[in-house]
Amino acid sequence: MAEYQNIFTRLQVRGPLYAGTPIEAHTAFSRSSAPRFSHLFGRLGDAQVGPIYLGISGLAALICGFIAFEIIGLNMWASVGWDPVQFLRQLPWLALEPPAPAYGLRIPPLAEGGWWLLAGFFLTASILLWWTRIYLRARALGLGSHTAWAFAAAIWLYLVLGFIRPLLMGSWAEAVPFGIFPHLDWTAAFSLRYGNLFYNPFHMLSIVFLYGSTLLFAMHGATVLATSRYGAERELEQIADRGTAFERGGLFWRWTMGFCASAESIHRWAWWFAVLCPLTGGIGILLTGTVVDNWYIWGQHHGLVPDYPATWGPVVDPATLPGAPK
Amino acid sequence: MAMLSFEGKYRVRGGTLVGGDLFDFWWGPFYVGFFGVTTVFFSLLGTLLILYGASLGHTWNVWRINIAPPDLSYGLAFAPIKEGGLWQAITICAIGAFCSWALRQVEISRKLGMGYHVPFAFSVAIFAYVALEVIRPVLMGSWGYAFPYGILSHLDWVSNTGYQYLHFHYNPAHMLAVSFFFTTTLALSLHGSLVLSAANPAKGEAMKTAEHENTFFRDIIGYSIGTLGIHRLGLFLALSAGFWSAICIIISGPFWTAGWPAWWGWWLNLPIWK
Repeated sequence: MAEYQNIFTRLQVRGPLYAGTPIEAHTAFSRSSAPRFSHLFGRLGDAQVGPIYLGISGLAALICGFIAFEIIGLNMWASVGWDPVQFLRQLPWLALEPPAPAYGLRIPPLAEGGWWLLAGFFLTASILLWWTRIYLRARALGLGSHTAWAFAAAIWLYLVLGFIRPLLMGSWAEAVPFGIFPHLDWTAAFSLRYGNLFYNPFHMLSIVFLYGSTLLFAMHGATVLATSRYGAERELEQIADRGTAFERGGLFWRWTMGFCASAESIHRWAWWFAVLCPLTGGIGILLTGTVVDNWYIWGQHHGLVPDYPATWGPVVDPATLPGAPK
Repeated sequence: MAMLSFEGKYRVRGGTLVGGDLFDFWWGPFYVGFFGVTTVFFSLLGTLLILYGASLGHTWNVWRINIAPPDLSYGLAFAPIKEGGLWQAITICAIGAFCSWALRQVEISRKLGMGYHVPFAFSVAIFAYVALEVIRPVLMGSWGYAFPYGILSHLDWVSNTGYQYLHFHYNPAHMLAVSFFFTTTLALSLHGSLVLSAANPAKGEAMKTAEHENTFFRDIIGYSIGTLGIHRLGLFLALSAGFWSAICIIISGPFWTAGWPAWWGWWLNLPIWK
């Protein structure tokens, strides 16, 4: 039973450091020149660290990201009167909040949400520049652009939360604040305000793909590790010319559940499950408040609400009561 | 049932844990084995009990069907069949079916000369289920704390249980679990994308190699974990998500009864702030 299961690398074989596949020479930017070995990294994965490519879009993304990070951090620090001890103590609770609802989509003074707009602008610029970097690197190396489009799905969710939905709602106040606990507070308040997000069918789909992705990676990672003694981690070779590793891995699932993927198609399953998680999630957020005001009542109309034994009286939609905001 | 072209040479006897050669055969693409028989027994019985439970309710609408655990007043006792006893029987069937499935995976692994990573990974998922339906209810002293069987009713249970602790996002183990779920999905998208982008390169390019994969990630972030490492990392992230999910619900009630936001008081009251 006590067999080696290839959870970590016992003996690290060191070949020469590898500079990477060649890139075109006529560019002002290039790779850093000093890759090195790390024994610790070699325990779990590849021991080589570096080199890294310094490109114009990557550099610009880092600068914009740094500016956003600084705006958020300094605003948080200012919110505790520049006290360094209280800054650290209260850090998880501190926030950079979006403008108040009274400002609508107008630009408020810096201290009343203007900084939030600026931080959002620089963070968005940083993310879009990073997307450019990923796309350009893939093209420069002759790879497909799959990573860039998967990243675009995540950017879609980010833009819906912080930009597109606030635009449709007519107020920056609808957006998510920056901060550790504050963004969790926003999430809970959002679900409560719109009548329980669990009844939002696109939220359901998003969770299905989140859990599905986790299930898929557990299945795929475990299958490859369990057949690594046959070389299963050499997936591209197995795609081009299937060997005993993926024959065994495939048969494992065929015998277990009557169906199996191939060395290539498992990665298509992976890509779609991971991409559909933020894609469906973004649709769910976009519909909330714009098209549907209360997902629980929406669920009542569409026959979703379970039939429990009556404990309390009938529930009235609070929005229909006198005194409710119109 | 037709076999895959290469399947015949792998269909050999042996590797069973129980029953010797008795159940060592295939049914169509499925391997049977002793645990295949017990899987079918538990899952058929459980499904029939769910159908019976649904027939006792007011609806056949699949979203609204609800089979609830016994009332809290039954404690940890067996309840009458229509008062939650059905839920208890279904839970026993579910655990029986899940464990049979894991042990069947062990037999198939042995037959194919594979490691036991898949059944181990699946047992983490079983642990998370048992944590919700058995461990926490037993620690709390009543089956009534378990979640009901129903598509929307189990979501209602998640809402209600979460709000009992005011704001479940403040549960530190829940934070870890959610972070692991998100990170797993990120890592899966990166891994799937990378392999697909190397196998399906730009127009006119030849298929790429693992050296290109490594170069892409080193160019982007300065490190490539490698073809073996990504599967170790993915499995670790996915199992951590399941494990911390189980922990976050086990500690809610048995070990922490106040709101989760209040738990963070220890941080605010650390002596170093004085």
